[in-house]
Amino acid sequence: MSKSENNRLLEGLIIGVLFGFLLQKGGVSKYDIIMGQLRLTDFTVIKIILTAIIVTMMGISIFYPRGMIEVKTKSGSIKNAVIGGLLFGLGFGILGYCPGTIAAAIGNGYLDALTGGLFGILIGTILFALFYSDLKHLKFLTIDKYSEYSLFHSARENPFKLTLPISAFLILILYLIQSAGL
Amino acid sequence: MDYLSLKQWSPYIVGLLIGLLNIVSLLLSKKPLGASTGFLKIGGIFLRVFGKKEIELNEYYKKNTPKVDWGVMLVIGVVLGAFLSSKLSGDFSIRALPSMWSREVSSSFPLRFIASTIGGIFLGIGARWAGGCTSGHGISGTSMLSVISWIATISFFIGGILSAFLIYGI
Repeated sequence: MSKSENNRLLEGLIIGVLFGFLLQKGGVSKYDIIMGQLRLTDFTVIKIILTAIIVTMMGISIFYPRGMIEVKTKSGSIKNAVIGGLLFGLGFGILGYCPGTIAAAIGNGYLDALTGGLFGILIGTILFALFYSDLKHLKFLTIDKYSEYSLFHSARENPFKLTLPISAFLILILYLIQSAGL
Repeated sequence: MDYLSLKQWSPYIVGLLIGLLNIVSLLLSKKPLGASTGFLKIGGIFLRVFGKKEIELNEYYKKNTPKVDWGVMLVIGVVLGAFLSSKLSGDFSIRALPSMWSREVSSSFPLRFIASTIGGIFLGIGARWAGGCTSGHGISGTSMLSVISWIATISFFIGGILSAFLIYGI
């Protein structure tokens, strides 16, 4: 293993430690808080996600035009996103954790996350890999014009034209959630 | 230092810091935060124990080589970071069941084990099918203004809200 490969692993680990620290401090290492969001009684999850989106978008708007950040988005299709997203959601509501927060729940000491949850996710990814070719041939998995497409690509000179109005909209949503007392 | 020992921070502060961390990750590692590929690789590493051939011939594992890489280290880091945070605040303890589940569904661990396994299977399949999870699509892809990521994230929550109401009722 080369030195730079080791450095990358170390970077991944450090970024992971900070991410896990923040997830736990946000309370989203806990089933009750995540399920509170899905039962629409506690909006912690949405508050964290929307704030993180606004901040990340501002950073990309600064560094993308300077060539310091690449905007490489996921391949696939709207169809994959809807079908896969709903399957994910079904599991999300039953398990009460998602892949990032289950790792945080394990660190927080939750045995259901460490046993059934982790086991299930690993089985799920293996099943997907085993059926991947068939799903592709049967056209369950597709590629459409939105594959790897990002709105940033058409606004490279001045991304703020795009991201400021979107941020304003997201802030409005946060404001409404907050004023509804959720 | 008192701040580090608080049990919970404001979601806006946490969101702001996760956003900054995501920018650092993009600048330094050229990768956005995302957890589900880490699980894919860990699953592949386990599968390799049972049969090397399966992995080598599999189209999906050919595209995503199962090995300890940046994404796997990230997942390991998340476990450590959450442990550290919960230890600092005295919030760490070994708990078999989440309190909401034991209060409103059942206090049987085997039942929770079965439910969380089934939930995990759907979550794992769905994350790979959609191409990402709540962090890869939900925070990173949405910030990169990917249309697919916005649709996936909305679908995660629609599916999640539906299954939560199926379990707990309205």
